[in-house]
Amino acid sequence: MLTNSAIRAVQLGVKSLLLHKLRSLLTALGVLFGVSSVIAMLSIGEGGSEQAQEQIRQLGSQNVILRSIKPPEDPVSNQQVRVLDYGLTRSDLERVRDTFPWATNVVPVRQLQQEVRSGENVLNPRVLATTPDYLAVTGRVVGQGRFLEPIDERMVANVCVLGYEVARRLFPFESSVGKRIRIGADYFTVVGTILPRVPLGEDSAKPGEEITGEVFIPLATGRRWFGEIQVKIRAGSRDMEQVQLHEIIASIDIPENVPVAAAAAREMLARNHRNHDYEMVVPLELLLRAEETKRIFNIVLGSIAGISLLVGGIGIMNVMLATVTERTREIGIRRALGAKRKDIVVQFLVETVVLSMGGGLAGVLLGVAIPTYVEWRYDMPTIVEPGFLLLAFGISVGVGITFGLYPAWRAASMDPVEALRHE
Amino acid sequence: MSAAETTAVAQEAVAELEDVTRVYRMGDNEVRALDGISHRFEAGEYWAIMGTSGSGKSTLLNILGCIDRPTSGHYRVRGTEVADLSDDELSELRGRSIGFVFQSFNLIPQLNVLENILVPVLYQDVVPTDIEDRAAEIARRVGLDTRLDHRPAELSGGQQQRVAIARSLINEPDLILADEATGNLDSRTADEILALFDELHSEGTSILLVTHEPKVGQRAEKILQLADGRVASIELGSGGGKC
Repeated sequence: MLTNSAIRAVQLGVKSLLLHKLRSLLTALGVLFGVSSVIAMLSIGEGGSEQAQEQIRQLGSQNVILRSIKPPEDPVSNQQVRVLDYGLTRSDLERVRDTFPWATNVVPVRQLQQEVRSGENVLNPRVLATTPDYLAVTGRVVGQGRFLEPIDERMVANVCVLGYEVARRLFPFESSVGKRIRIGADYFTVVGTILPRVPLGEDSAKPGEEITGEVFIPLATGRRWFGEIQVKIRAGSRDMEQVQLHEIIASIDIPENVPVAAAAAREMLARNHRNHDYEMVVPLELLLRAEETKRIFNIVLGSIAGISLLVGGIGIMNVMLATVTERTREIGIRRALGAKRKDIVVQFLVETVVLSMGGGLAGVLLGVAIPTYVEWRYDMPTIVEPGFLLLAFGISVGVGITFGLYPAWRAASMDPVEALRHE
Repeated sequence: MSAAETTAVAQEAVAELEDVTRVYRMGDNEVRALDGISHRFEAGEYWAIMGTSGSGKSTLLNILGCIDRPTSGHYRVRGTEVADLSDDELSELRGRSIGFVFQSFNLIPQLNVLENILVPVLYQDVVPTDIEDRAAEIARRVGLDTRLDHRPAELSGGQQQRVAIARSLINEPDLILADEATGNLDSRTADEILALFDELHSEGTSILLVTHEPKVGQRAEKILQLADGRVASIELGSGGGKC
């Protein structure tokens, strides 16, 4: 019985709204755009921030990364200095190893500028001289064969592990494991390959950065064959650089200790490197910052969406007030025929809610369509969570009730005698 | 309810006015639209309430129809004191006991004939399961059975008034209140509507017809003449013979 009368109330509401099709449509548009913009903005925002967070997470959320950077050049002294000596040193590495109780793994990385070739295939990947722990610290996964082992380090073995992209380019048609390749002037045996990072979207690498273009060799081997001085030949000049370590990655035991370790590392570096030839990357801090950014972004989005829904709601209220005035006589008739105030309130409230819910439903459809189109057309990741749809739809119903109450109350509080006399 | 009370109910007037006064305030002036009217309308009677404009007809009709309340005095519908009722209870009483027929028909434009007839049912707590059959039956009785799915705008004035009469009958009210029910109709159609009232009266329905046209008033059983908010006279109409 209750459901029956509810269905009848909705039917009556729809009928009354269809009496003024254009007016109802235009009124619902306000809610439609409000709701669809909420969903679209949330989805696109969520997609973007998810992508950013995933990139940060790939750096290792429990890592503290120290990097060598070229100090700001001193134009006067530059002429005389023949070998530019800067960056992290092996003593930095020892210090981190000895004094960071929170570090479970400390991995040094040297980056070498060397040509890699196999037969006629020549590449210029990043040649990274590092220790076996690199794999664990960065969360990379072995594809074929194995990664570097401690024995390689002790034996100063001429072995290498290829990144996915390098392996594919050097040996397009066969397995690279067991093959010999040339790095610089020396021959190395390929002992394994590692998989690319989990791909995100179509191309997760930033322009110019070939994430998988990597070759790994043992740290000691790198030092033996390539020394510490690297010569960069540019047009008209030869730059010589001496960098002991390009990167030190310290893996911290629990996330809570990351800020402590980061502070300690910062202090240590500041003391030992007065010329600021280093930088620190703390993915966890970046992550927190990204989350904070996202929070602010959501507040801004929420305000915009709230305003647009408010405007939509006011539009609805305006139209409903006009409708109530227009239908004063109908209200009088219904009251004379036995309708209680409550019945009149329900009637007009149902009409408003049907209107805003119609707009809300259409808004949900449009709100899903927009991110889908954006993803397809602009290749931007978007995430449409079911929660967004529920939220937006719930808001539209809420808007209907909020802005429908006053007109409905106005209708119900009319004096039947006056209402019947209304022309 | 005891046996004695049941008997008492049977003897109650359909509508009973006791020293009813209705005063409107217009700025500083007081207008006494009704000035101490006392009258009993018995079950099954067919009354015409007549008077010139300003005589208090409309005010009396509003009070009889329970959409307005007396400033002082008592008004009872089947023994129920209207002054004691809340707004909700008054609405309930209207829906259950009063059937309105208006001069300008007052149908709801977005609803079809059947739906219009069923409007008073929407506001009843208890609805018989065969109510739609009954609505169709009433529509047949007023001669509208072929037009149940038409909108009011598609009907002639006489047909619209038939819909309104059918609507007034749907809840089997104690009293039909017709306010200038033929005022907007040509004389031939008006005759048809009045014939319909005669028919309803002969079936035992209590009818109160408010009009300023002597020709219409004469069709009733009894005529109550109003002047200056008081009962001026009570006459017999031509409708008495049919009873």
